Amino acid sequence: MKSNSTWTDALLASFEDLTPSVREFRLRPEGGVLPHAPGSHLQLEVQIKGRPHLRSYSLVGEPDGQTYRIAVKRLDQGRGGSLAMWQLPVGARLRVSAPQNHFALDFNAPAYLLVAGGIGITPLLRMAHTLAQRSAAGGRPVRMLYGARTTDELAFLAELQTQLGEQLRTVVGAAMDFAAEITALPAGGQMYVCGPAPMLDAARSAWLAAGRPEADLRFETFGSSGASAPQAFRVQMPRHGLDITVPADCSLLEALEQAGVEQLYDCQRGECGLCALDVLALDGTIDHRDVFLSAHEKQQNTRLCACVSRVAGSITLDSAWRPEP
Amino acid sequence: MKTAIPTFPLNAWYAAAYDVEVVRKLLPRTICKQKLVMFRQTDGRVAVLEDACWHRLLPLSMGTLQGDELTCGYHGLVYNAQGRCTHMPSQETINPAACVRAYPVVEKHRFVWVWPGDPALADPALVPDMHWNDDPQWAGDGKLITVQCDYRLVVDNLMDLTHETFVHGSSIGQRAVAEAPFVATHGDRSATVTRWMEGIDAPPFWAGQIEHARGYRGKVDRWQIIRFEAPCTVNIDVGVAETGTGAPPKDGLPGDRSKGVNGFVLNTVTPETDGSCHYFWAFARNYCLGEQALTHRLREGVSGIFREDELILEAQQKAIDEHPDHRFYNLNIDAGSMWARKLIDKLVAAELPVGKVIPIRPAADLQTPLNRA
Repeated sequence: MKSNSTWTDALLASFEDLTPSVREFRLRPEGGVLPHAPGSHLQLEVQIKGRPHLRSYSLVGEPDGQTYRIAVKRLDQGRGGSLAMWQLPVGARLRVSAPQNHFALDFNAPAYLLVAGGIGITPLLRMAHTLAQRSAAGGRPVRMLYGARTTDELAFLAELQTQLGEQLRTVVGAAMDFAAEITALPAGGQMYVCGPAPMLDAARSAWLAAGRPEADLRFETFGSSGASAPQAFRVQMPRHGLDITVPADCSLLEALEQAGVEQLYDCQRGECGLCALDVLALDGTIDHRDVFLSAHEKQQNTRLCACVSRVAGSITLDSAWRPEP
Repeated sequence: MKTAIPTFPLNAWYAAAYDVEVVRKLLPRTICKQKLVMFRQTDGRVAVLEDACWHRLLPLSMGTLQGDELTCGYHGLVYNAQGRCTHMPSQETINPAACVRAYPVVEKHRFVWVWPGDPALADPALVPDMHWNDDPQWAGDGKLITVQCDYRLVVDNLMDLTHETFVHGSSIGQRAVAEAPFVATHGDRSATVTRWMEGIDAPPFWAGQIEHARGYRGKVDRWQIIRFEAPCTVNIDVGVAETGTGAPPKDGLPGDRSKGVNGFVLNTVTPETDGSCHYFWAFARNYCLGEQALTHRLREGVSGIFREDELILEAQQKAIDEHPDHRFYNLNIDAGSMWARKLIDKLVAAELPVGKVIPIRPAADLQTPLNRA
């Protein structure tokens, strides 16, 4: 449950394309595979434009004792992590962290609804497997909603069909009917969601509208998906005399760091809120991709999380820096 | 890196508390080297959480319980009984990663059982049978003592009652125990030691019991049937019957114990650390069920007997620590404890990581095409 910072070298043992845009990698860590629970992820050090960057990828499938398995979606308009991964040859070495878990499965719930959107299937895959096995052994029903833009992007579909049978519902190129699924979930049941921010927002709205406790909604984000595709935007910061353009493949946080604006941040997934900046003026729209700000805070547009959120248009921001008196 | 082989398995139900200990208060306890906090919810069910706040690791047991939620005593993060954070100070949302581990828990036979290993494997059907502890056909009570020794030393102690003769001479010990032959058998999860002593004088404790219950003073047939269930539960079927009334089993059939008095010494010994354990015990009897005073006297009497064991076990642990390389030379009388240890070792071995260390070859050595996709 707690984070740790143990790192080791790993060898890229093999990879396999699961869909046109999802590639599964098997990494063989020096010193053997550490035990990890469903929902766990690895951090990897990837080289982007010659500089090391950290990326987190969920561990998929049952541990085989030899390799860590991750699945990476190729994002041509992303910040470069997935493209760097896709360029790795078999035999490449990279630094990997010990498994960490920020999306722990609570085994004590009476029923489960798993909701995956696109590559959001990765942390839910082993949850589905584990829960389906337990469900078959008696009680604690599990259902999964799994959506993607096209059928051929439904990674791991065959194994999910085997494990879940009738309890798997796929949704291709359409919105999910959360309300009906939530109504069918027994009282006290928990919903686990991983997918793009708009899908998570819709799932959360339906959950709360159904009168379900917020504590029983569990989710993980990947912070790189928003309402619209990333595009370059203009940022002004009067306190620093700054006027820059944030490129499409760079986060606001990174762009400001490069421009010399010191900031606080931790999770870099839009969860902790440490990187939130005050909005002074906005000409355009903010694509809030975090889960730190509440729905009405997002509507107010007075703050944004620099690690994940983006702008269409231009924005004027303030930092936490104040000159000494 | 050399790591020591664990002394206990994690995939097992361990008694973490007596039912009466867990009330509307936060109870911290370490089992299997894991720090837990327990409390009873408003509906009576027990919740067991990791005793460390997700935020800054302060023990949650230093916080407060309100309703079914626990508030950390440092920054006021609130957790529900499932370990999920439900309130975070100074923000409108709750961080999705904010959870502490919630342990699978079952309350059965007057004990709160916790599963410290893989929660997916926590099957309530695997809780050891200690039904004598809350069966209306039996009366009794027990206690918890925390002993400064490896829990396996307590198992050793219980698996060989020869020691009664020398440690508990004034109550249950007698020469006959040390001299009588015994049979040690085992299954896949249990080991049993059976000892019958026929036509003997009852030791002081049992002489008193059979006289009190049946008004009988005379020779007895005495039995001790010790059953170990891995990893740490030992239930001992003990008693005496009027001699020659057919108490011992015959031709594979159970004997007739109706002219006797029967007790069960129930023991489950939960590791706290490698060198300490929580020893839960109870003594249940099938006679004079309505005598509350007898229940009290027996509990206090057994408590005194176990204090004699505690002194021995802690002294033995100290001696073992002073001789780290010493290997025990086992005797015939150790058969029961050796079967028990074998069963424990098997459970531990099943949990050791299977992955061996595989040396990583440099990428340049590999004759693999750059991209096979």
